Amino acid sequence: MDPKTAHITVRNLTMAYGDFVLMEDISFTIFRGDIFIIMGGSGCGKSTLLKILVGLKSPATGSVTIDDLNFWEVTPGERGKIMRRFGILYQSGALWSSLTLADNIALPLEQYTDLNKKQIREVASYKLALVGLTGFEDYYPSEISGGMRKRAGLARAMALDPDILFFDEPSAGLDPVSAKLLDDLILELRDSLGTTLVVVTHELPSIFAIGTNSVFLDVETKTMSASGDPNALLKECKDPNVRSFLTRGRE
Amino acid sequence: MNDSNTHNSTPAQLTARKTADDTLTVFLSGKWTLDQPLPDIIELKKALTADNAVRTLSFDTQTLQEWDSGLLVFLIKARDLASSRNLTQNLNIDLSGLPDGAKRLFQLTTAVPKREGAEKSDTREPFLAKTGGAVINIAGSFKEMLDFIGDASIALLKFMTGRATYRSSDLFLIIQECGVEALAIVTLISVLIGLILAFVGAIQLAMFGAQVYVADLVAIAMLREMGAMMTGIIMAGRTGAAFAAQLGTMQVNEEIDALKTLGLQPMEFLVLPRMLALILMMPLLCIYSDLMGVLGGAVVGIGAFDITPVQYFEQTRGSVHLSHFLLGVVKSIIFGIVIALAGCQRGMNCGRSATAVGYAATSAVVTAIVIIIALDGLFAVITNILGV
Repeated sequence: MDPKTAHITVRNLTMAYGDFVLMEDISFTIFRGDIFIIMGGSGCGKSTLLKILVGLKSPATGSVTIDDLNFWEVTPGERGKIMRRFGILYQSGALWSSLTLADNIALPLEQYTDLNKKQIREVASYKLALVGLTGFEDYYPSEISGGMRKRAGLARAMALDPDILFFDEPSAGLDPVSAKLLDDLILELRDSLGTTLVVVTHELPSIFAIGTNSVFLDVETKTMSASGDPNALLKECKDPNVRSFLTRGRE
Repeated sequence: MNDSNTHNSTPAQLTARKTADDTLTVFLSGKWTLDQPLPDIIELKKALTADNAVRTLSFDTQTLQEWDSGLLVFLIKARDLASSRNLTQNLNIDLSGLPDGAKRLFQLTTAVPKREGAEKSDTREPFLAKTGGAVINIAGSFKEMLDFIGDASIALLKFMTGRATYRSSDLFLIIQECGVEALAIVTLISVLIGLILAFVGAIQLAMFGAQVYVADLVAIAMLREMGAMMTGIIMAGRTGAAFAAQLGTMQVNEEIDALKTLGLQPMEFLVLPRMLALILMMPLLCIYSDLMGVLGGAVVGIGAFDITPVQYFEQTRGSVHLSHFLLGVVKSIIFGIVIALAGCQRGMNCGRSATAVGYAATSAVVTAIVIIIALDGLFAVITNILGV
């Protein structure tokens, strides 16, 4: 593999809601082309960390550096420009319910590209086909199943061919086969487009199948207790909470 | 889980008897299920407090016929009782006499120890603290409202200079929803208000034989006050609530987050078209409501008080000035802004649950109606001072 270049660097991050500190002193580096897993037990702040990384919530202290720019200290306009290079798959899909699937994917394209209507429609169809939803262009989000909504959400997240794709629990609520297909799709995206992927999940099969780097947030110590390749962590990590998590409580 | 003869089952019974020097055995018999009365723990409590020598609590379930969660609840109560007893030594609980399933379920309840501070405390706040908290809350929500009005003004300014990003198809859809689709209800309410005004007025005026002036009364009241106010109240209940519910649900579904992370301002993308639609449609609806109200008045005047149509028309034309009409229209535009702001603000600041969406919709309607009536009163005072 090429020498890795840092894509997202997090230093001494503290997450808090008002006076309530959720996690302290989190530092890690996500390299270009990584599939980075944010893992940890329920309620430990995985989703909050994701919110800070995508620009929805500001950190209490600490810095997030994306491509050499301090994400939370640049002007909102600059931050908006960085965010435009993100694609985000939300936990519930978060498709705009008043728009059809094709329009959901078309909206970012309309805003940020010079394509004409016909071209946008073609791109939207292509993205839907990529996630196995050929022919569902004119359905509304309420007319399709939860798993399909998730896939459509992924198609929207990929609309602008983002540099970084964020996934909030991608395989939650999917059957094992669909979850496997999603994992394959994630690997394919990384290999063919060089996208950096950040995945919040606690699905162990996915973690070991796709993860190349990770951080483990420990709800008891209120900080991160391990970081690195999850397969290596399984072999080497000594922390009892990490071991227990990675072995499904067997150790 | 249950024994053989469930047909002639006996009610649950509990007896506690010492079976050894330091052992108290609880004999459980009959049917220990939730669908029938279960014995009180007090029996056990008495037996325990009566004898301080007891060190072990054991169970005998040989005559137990059937059991479900009822038995487990009793066991947990017995455990709490045992651990709360004032003793120098702890009381051991011997589970060996219990049915296997009940034993395992009971052990499961103690598998995860109680987390420190997990239980919500119900300490009562002192009155002053409560009042202070309420004041701080009100100040906070006032600041939120001001913030929102500021952001909305900036969005409106951006629109005027042509720099706002929104979908024009959204704008037309909302205009249709809060324009054409509101016509039916505005017609109904306005005609009825006209009718009522005319009846109330005409009966009083007829005492002086001046019933023809009912036309003046209805026309001025509708144009100056009732047209704008009634459309305002209708639209607050209809459209303001819809705005709050729509935006609130979008908040719950993370749809607004999805807009933000795409670099789109919800203020321009969602709030601006709603505000524009109401600013455009409210004056039109108000004029329509004025007309319908006057028509309603005419029905009563002509039908019940022997005024000829020509007479009624002439009387109305003579009484109405442009200033009456404009005052109503200006007010309706302001009411439109109030409804849009209240609806959108409540929706955008909605919490992330179904109850929060309901609360947002209710609060949007109440806020809008209160502000509309208060503003209308303020207008009445100002126009009176100015002599308009």
